[in-house]
Amino acid sequence: MNALIQQTREHRRSWMTPAQLIGALLLIVWVPLMAYVMFHQALGIAAPYVLLPSVPAVLALYVMAIYHWRESWVAVLGVTLVCFWLLVAVTVPYLPLLDPNKPLVPLALPGALKHGMSFMLGSDMRGRDVLSRTLWGCQRVLVWGITATSVAYVVGVGLGLIGGYLSGWWDEAVTFVGNVLLSFPVMVLFILVLNVLGQSGFNIIIAVTFSSAPIIMRIVRGLAMQEKSRDYIQAAQTRGESALWIMVMELLPNIRGPLIVDACLRLGYTTVAITTLTFLGLGLQPPDPDWGLMIKEAAPVALLWKYSYMLLVPSLAVTSLILGFNLTADGLREMSQRD
Amino acid sequence: MRHLVIRRVIQTLLIMLTVSALLFAVFDSDQFRKKIAVAELGNFGAATLSDSDYQAWIVSKGLDQSFPARYVTWLNHVVHGDLGVSIEKDVAVSTLLKESLSSTAVLAFYVFLIMIPVSLMLGVLAGMKEGSILDRVISVIAVFTTSIPQIATAALLTVVLALGLRWVPTKSAMIDGFSFRELLLPLLTILIYEIGYLVRMTRSAMADVMSSQYIRTALLKGLPYRQVVLKHALRNALVVPVTLILLELTGLLSQVVVVEVFFQYHGFGRMLFDAANFGDIQVIQAATLVAVCVAVASQLLSDIAYVLLNPRLRVA
Repeated sequence: MNALIQQTREHRRSWMTPAQLIGALLLIVWVPLMAYVMFHQALGIAAPYVLLPSVPAVLALYVMAIYHWRESWVAVLGVTLVCFWLLVAVTVPYLPLLDPNKPLVPLALPGALKHGMSFMLGSDMRGRDVLSRTLWGCQRVLVWGITATSVAYVVGVGLGLIGGYLSGWWDEAVTFVGNVLLSFPVMVLFILVLNVLGQSGFNIIIAVTFSSAPIIMRIVRGLAMQEKSRDYIQAAQTRGESALWIMVMELLPNIRGPLIVDACLRLGYTTVAITTLTFLGLGLQPPDPDWGLMIKEAAPVALLWKYSYMLLVPSLAVTSLILGFNLTADGLREMSQRD
Repeated sequence: MRHLVIRRVIQTLLIMLTVSALLFAVFDSDQFRKKIAVAELGNFGAATLSDSDYQAWIVSKGLDQSFPARYVTWLNHVVHGDLGVSIEKDVAVSTLLKESLSSTAVLAFYVFLIMIPVSLMLGVLAGMKEGSILDRVISVIAVFTTSIPQIATAALLTVVLALGLRWVPTKSAMIDGFSFRELLLPLLTILIYEIGYLVRMTRSAMADVMSSQYIRTALLKGLPYRQVVLKHALRNALVVPVTLILLELTGLLSQVVVVEVFFQYHGFGRMLFDAANFGDIQVIQAATLVAVCVAVASQLLSDIAYVLLNPRLRVA
């Protein structure tokens, strides 16, 4: 008995649980990145330094991930791809790269050395370095993708908990709104939202939320309904805890397993959506590099075999990132089924 | 069973009504109305449109009525096929829609023609023996093909098939009429993703069925493996894939936007994209309405198919 009390005390004394540590590390990666990309002007002279703490955080997350998931090579491969791009995103300002937006030498082939500048992956028709643009491009894609997915998750989880836990009229209302939104084909909904609200990064977040939140809501609602009849929920109700407390503090942590898998998949979908929207010219605006924009600009120009690198490089980049998300999700699902 | 179907039909109608009201309300705002007024009165921008002219236009169009009255009038027009006039092209939207939908239908026809047999066959083969080498190979390839976003597929296929091997032209504008060679790249781009997705779904459905008790019983009873798969397993394993195939109609409507824009194929997606870039709101409104109609219809069909195919629900 004494040992048990001792153990509980030990547990209380440790100032961070592993889940909190992962959350803190994710914040250290994401907040500076978001500030760097979305509010670059506001940062002023601090801009070159904000990303420095993110670099060790990404490495720490990577080490923790491959240690925990070492039994699934699929998850390890996936997380390696994702962390590679995350690392690129946080270190790209410190890498010795050419200016991604400056016209230097047009149509230099990969490996060319011109005017003392080396173009490892060539340059595009306006003379901008493809390697530099690809590496810088991952920053925009990752930041907007992760932010949009997070917002969609907050909305979707909130509505799903309301529908699943409160049920009754709340459930009917939430489900109907979800069904209405799900009756739009995704791309059509994006085009509609961006046309009505105008084209900007923040409106992309709204568009992604409109399309993803109903699906997340359905998943959460189903899980919450299953979980509602469990003993610990009834215990909490008997203790007289408020519905909000039960939903967020009791229910949510117990359904997080399937949600994490879905979040990985959804990060992939959002990345596809964002690159597709920039490709269509409806999303983030030029000239800052972005993989979708690079494909859009290269499509009418790269009509010869020798210029195909302009299409190849961004396509492979975006594919590898999405493959990373999907493999991570697959690996996590496999591991959860094995237990 | 009839009860279930009727319930779904009512739900569908309700959703359609809500969506149409929503679309009407969004495009009924002053900002969009002014745009149409400017286009119809032939001025060069909202700035030169005088306020009195605008008010007169509103009265002449009957837009000064109450919101419900305007909505009913609009709905009446829509039901009779009058979807307004394109600002950009000065053609009736219904004519534009008819043309673009028919060329997208050609694309969709070939997609389904190839996708259904190929993906069902590969999925069943993979799911038949879970964990076999064939299963692993098919599953890994399917994960890869579903991970490549369509802009990347389109770009990579262009590089390999059009620029490298020169088998097909890079664009599919079909200026000299229909040609299957030009259709090949858009078709392949859609197929690569779709087949991967359906194979994964079919595989998991088949694997579930093959590990169930009644299949084990049938095998232990000494029935030939072939017969068990063809007669006992397939019937249950194909319920989910068939409903998903019907649902793919919705997915296709959003995929054609990217593919048609990339390959300059003149279909529904291209039309919607052009309208979005130009701000041709009547076209956007009509196209969205049609897209939602098709999507909702396909969801309804897939639900009905599920009820019809699932013996447990058939009796109820």
